Amino acid sequence: MPIQRRKFIAAVGSAAAAGLAGCSAQDGGNGNGNGNQSGNESDGGSGGSQPEISGETLTLTTTTSTYDTGLLDELNAPFQERYGVEVDAVAQGTGAALETARNGDSDVVMVHARSLEDEFMQEGYGVNRRDIMFNDFVVVGGADDPAGIEGNEEVTSAFQAIADAEAQFVSRGDNSGTHTKELAIWEEAGLDPDDFGEWYMAAGQGMGEVLTQASQQGAYTLADRGTYLSMQSDINLEILVEGPIEGGPELLSNPYGIIAVNPAVHDNANYDLAMAYIGYITSPEAQDIIENYTVEDEQLFFPQALSEEPNFQQYVPEGWSASDGDDS
Amino acid sequence: MLLALERIATDPLVLAEFPFEWNYVRSIVRVSLYVSLAAVTLSTLFSLPVALVVGFKEFPGKGLLTSIINTGMGFPSVVVGLVVLFTVSNQGPLGSLELIFTPEAMIMSQFVLAAPVITGVSLAAVSSVEQNVRDAAYAMGGTRLDVALVTIKEARYGIATAVLAGFGRAISEVGSVLIVGGNIAGPNGTSKTRTLTTAIQLEARQGRYETAMVLGVILVVLVLVVNAIVVRLGSDEGGRY
Repeated sequence: MPIQRRKFIAAVGSAAAAGLAGCSAQDGGNGNGNGNQSGNESDGGSGGSQPEISGETLTLTTTTSTYDTGLLDELNAPFQERYGVEVDAVAQGTGAALETARNGDSDVVMVHARSLEDEFMQEGYGVNRRDIMFNDFVVVGGADDPAGIEGNEEVTSAFQAIADAEAQFVSRGDNSGTHTKELAIWEEAGLDPDDFGEWYMAAGQGMGEVLTQASQQGAYTLADRGTYLSMQSDINLEILVEGPIEGGPELLSNPYGIIAVNPAVHDNANYDLAMAYIGYITSPEAQDIIENYTVEDEQLFFPQALSEEPNFQQYVPEGWSASDGDDS
Repeated sequence: MLLALERIATDPLVLAEFPFEWNYVRSIVRVSLYVSLAAVTLSTLFSLPVALVVGFKEFPGKGLLTSIINTGMGFPSVVVGLVVLFTVSNQGPLGSLELIFTPEAMIMSQFVLAAPVITGVSLAAVSSVEQNVRDAAYAMGGTRLDVALVTIKEARYGIATAVLAGFGRAISEVGSVLIVGGNIAGPNGTSKTRTLTTAIQLEARQGRYETAMVLGVILVVLVLVVNAIVVRLGSDEGGRY
């Protein structure tokens, strides 16, 4: 742990210093921009610009899953208290969250669709992407399991079986991270939802509504484990195909990332505060909160920022470099 | 209003299964009322003069204006939300005011929704005030303002109905306030841009139907209380109710 922390401080410290340097270059008068490397013994790079950011408001657009599971409240409370700032969390789907950031209406985004995040980075809207945590997706359905997918090792063959049986399937259909993953799985299975019949229903709603709808219709759906667990007691759905947390296929992994809005594109973006927040979220303190957050005794998210072997690919969109580092 | 609401809501029957922090609920109610009452007040100040002018003046394009007002009464609220979003977004014409995800942006969208309703209904009320009442007011040597006041007084029940209809449209509105307000909970478990309707939507999304139901009851009670107050004000003056 101590070694891990020191590595982490070094990594985040330099990232935050670079960020702050970029910032003070931009708005001139930030004299004490890099006091953070010495000041934070215990919680790594949670930003050193405390006197400057106090009283300000950070607008965070995020996915419904971090919000609806209750994790975000746990994470934000200590940050708001310590820095005397306000975090305005707007829960949208991943697609909408990134679009809001594209318009310059938020300062930082926390989302879970690497392909969409990469696009956002490549277009120059985002800077300093960091991995935060991961959980996984699961395929859930009614206990009667009409397509017989239970215990299937491969999610693609489970999807194939659902399509063959034309069993009811509720899709998020809202350009969210989960929807993006679902489409990727259909593609992997060699199927195109555009060709599907009435059994395939695009709800165009959040995870909670879709789980409720699937529960009421006895339909299958793809859900993130966190939202599923947090709603488990209210719905009649069971996990039929496990994700990687329980030994399922890697295709169902669900990594979350955080990206600051590029202040060079939107000069009203609160970049100082965004970087302080990113520093905090990836700090040992916040990562501990993520690790220890449970709903009905089940851990929902697995921290990923404090890696012994940092994945440097997290800072650059996938495909920009053909080197290794393509893990998750 | 808040007191009356709290008295009803502290009824043990309602409280029995109530999982919320009280200041959370209170702040949601406060935001709902602040936004809706502000929007309705502004709409009324805007709509009444418009209704008086359109009701009494003959001018070219009057028919067109009337049908625009009537169309506005049924205008889809999510479209209003989108238009307000484009306006107040950082990229929009009012972007520099940084209004997005604030109660003020929600007031804007509720204003756009309520104003046509208040204008349309009070236009009908004002138009039905008989010509000879206005003639009499003129004959007594009244100024234009006096005549307008007399007309408003005569049409007060219709205007009260208009304001109530506008308030109903504003406070029960979900789509546009969700888009421009963002349903943000502030620090310490209070509401920043969360209204009763968007909170109900959030609870329903998370499958917590009981909580959503309780909030729904509060919303309905709130509308009832506001209606009762407005009707009461009317009866004190005229005793018609």
